[in-house]
Amino acid sequence: MSTATLERGLNALREQIDAPVAAFFSSCVNCGMCAEACLFYTETGDPKYTPIRKLEPMRRIWEQEYTIVGKLKKLIGLAEPVTDEMLEQWQELIYASCTLCGRCSLVCPVGNDIAFMVRKVREGMVASGNAPPDVQSAAIRAVKIGSPMGIRLKALQAQIKHIEADTGLKIPVDVEGADYLALLSSMEVINFPEYIESLAKIFKQAGVSWTLCSEAFEATNTGIQIGSTDIARELVQRVVDGAEKLKVKYIISPECGHAYTAIRWDGPNLIGRPFPFKVVHILELLDELRASGRISTKDLSGECVTFHDPCSIVRKGGVIDSPRHLMNMVSTNFVEMPDHGKWNWCCGGGGGVSANTDAEELRTRVFRRKKSQLEESGATTLVTACANCRLVIEEGLEEYNMEFPVTGLTEMLAEHLVIEED
Amino acid sequence: MIEPMDFLLWVRGTAFDVSLGIFVIGVVVRFFEIFSLGRAANFAEPRGTEFGPGMRTILTRNIPEAGTFKRQPLTVIAGYVFHIGLLISLFFFVPHIQLFAATFGFGWPGLPTPIVDAAAVLGIAGLLAVLWNRLTNPVMKLLSDKEDYLVWVLTFLPLLTGYLAYHRMVDPYPLILGLHILSIEFFLILFPFTKLMHTFTLFLARWYNGAMHGRRGVES
Ligand code: HEM
Ligand code: SF4
Ligand code: SF4
Repeated sequence: MSTATLERGLNALREQIDAPVAAFFSSCVNCGMCAEACLFYTETGDPKYTPIRKLEPMRRIWEQEYTIVGKLKKLIGLAEPVTDEMLEQWQELIYASCTLCGRCSLVCPVGNDIAFMVRKVREGMVASGNAPPDVQSAAIRAVKIGSPMGIRLKALQAQIKHIEADTGLKIPVDVEGADYLALLSSMEVINFPEYIESLAKIFKQAGVSWTLCSEAFEATNTGIQIGSTDIARELVQRVVDGAEKLKVKYIISPECGHAYTAIRWDGPNLIGRPFPFKVVHILELLDELRASGRISTKDLSGECVTFHDPCSIVRKGGVIDSPRHLMNMVSTNFVEMPDHGKWNWCCGGGGGVSANTDAEELRTRVFRRKKSQLEESGATTLVTACANCRLVIEEGLEEYNMEFPVTGLTEMLAEHLVIEED
Repeated sequence: MIEPMDFLLWVRGTAFDVSLGIFVIGVVVRFFEIFSLGRAANFAEPRGTEFGPGMRTILTRNIPEAGTFKRQPLTVIAGYVFHIGLLISLFFFVPHIQLFAATFGFGWPGLPTPIVDAAAVLGIAGLLAVLWNRLTNPVMKLLSDKEDYLVWVLTFLPLLTGYLAYHRMVDPYPLILGLHILSIEFFLILFPFTKLMHTFTLFLARWYNGAMHGRRGVES
């Protein structure tokens, strides 16, 4: 990365300003409704966390450089400049207190997509050297080692060996011409290898032709989280190269929220061309296998279960109905939380917040929102579809001394899968 | 001292034409500023469409989500009351329509004066409530800058002076009518360069929001 300076930061902000941004800033009436949608405000009551206020650095640049009145004000010395001190002060607002969950974007009465703009401001923060050190080092590890958690291929190979020995299942690696290339998140490799095992089990039963790729197994993209297009592009390019080399028809985005945003929605734009393959989320694929009768389940328990919607998959990703269909496949007693689907509340750890030690205390505070949602649901088990949400929720529950088992949807499906021996 | 009648003639004549000109040109320039920034091509395979969901969001954002409404009912209710009061007084007061018809050659039926009178009172009350909210709600207080208060004054004065003029509460009448028109001229001149522009740009903002979400298969 080239050295960060204020000038670079301001340039990066300028580059991010497009017609939607200008329409949004022109429309904001400072009504404050967005605050009521954001868990960082609702759980702390501190108005500094109001979503639109987090964008003040970019709003100033827009006003001063892209509007007549702002230019005039600047000319006569009435404009407040964006300084290094300001950006430093804004680090907490742009990183520690925004998970890019996108809930504010659904609430603003004039239609401002605030989360879309927070993502843009992050570009300026990185370029000016104001990104949090933890997230920055995760990004460097991702580029150098291939994984934000520093997981190397060897670690994955060891897990594969384990799973193959334990279950007798085969985990295909580098199979050219397979239909599907499955990606993983580091957290799944280390914390939840059950996910890999579940894929193998389900795909064998359903007869899905799939593979992992030794050169591109990491699905997460710290470039997206931190707000560096350069890093994000490099990481996406690795996946594209892997997929093209193995000539797959589809890429499967794993149970990880931001990985889906990264590869499904941002990926093609980062490399500047449409993908020659399709990207599906694992839940979409499983739902397809369900609908076509290729998988079925048995021995469902009547225990009351609920589903936590990962923001990036549901509200920002559009995979809304599939998890519901699948939940009804794994339980006879699935209930929704009070706000669910596109109105779900974030776990508090998305958008790089869980990787940011400066955010730990705040994250625990805002977890109260999820806690009360869980309590109101009446469920006794929580199912989700994102390794990051899962870890953040487990930590939150522990912090508040709540006994509440959390599991992954794919894993739960594999547990109840009907296996027809051939 | 200028005579109230001369003042009235001036604000009705040259001053009105000039401010209307600034308003129209200003609004066009502001839209040009926005559109000239462009929007990058999107290469991600869409799940849904853009146009329809964008249009849909223009409509659906008129209704707040239930949970958000419960947390902040005053902002929504006072906002609705003042906007509706304002729009009725502006577009359904017979003399306003006559003025419009005299200039552009066509008009539309107005509402009975007592209804417009009530709407003006609601508009004024709503604006006062909105101001009180802005001064006391911690989020709005922190967000607000001088422009928010300027915009409030620019909206409040036409309603107030219009009400005073209609009820002949200020003598001489030409003076208050002149002040009413003058306040509208301030409103027109500053409209394109302040948040009052939200009247037009919010349709664009809502469309972009709905379109960007719609593309990903989310109703926003
Ligand atoms: C002549 C036209 C208009 C004027 C003068 C006007 C003026 C204003 C003002 C002064 C505010 C800020 C209120 C505050 O201090 O809290 C405001 C807010 C708002 N306006 Fe308008 N407006 C106009 C038209 C519209 C239209 C056509 C719409 C929607 C279809 C609209 C939607 C809103 C919304 C959603 C808010 C924020 C909510 C609130 O504060 O209650 N406005 N408007
Ligand atoms: S809800 Fe929308 S209009 Fe209101 S303050 Fe937030 S961004 Fe501005
Ligand atoms: S995206 Fe989510 S966390 Fe960020 S400001 Fe909006 S509501 Fe708050």
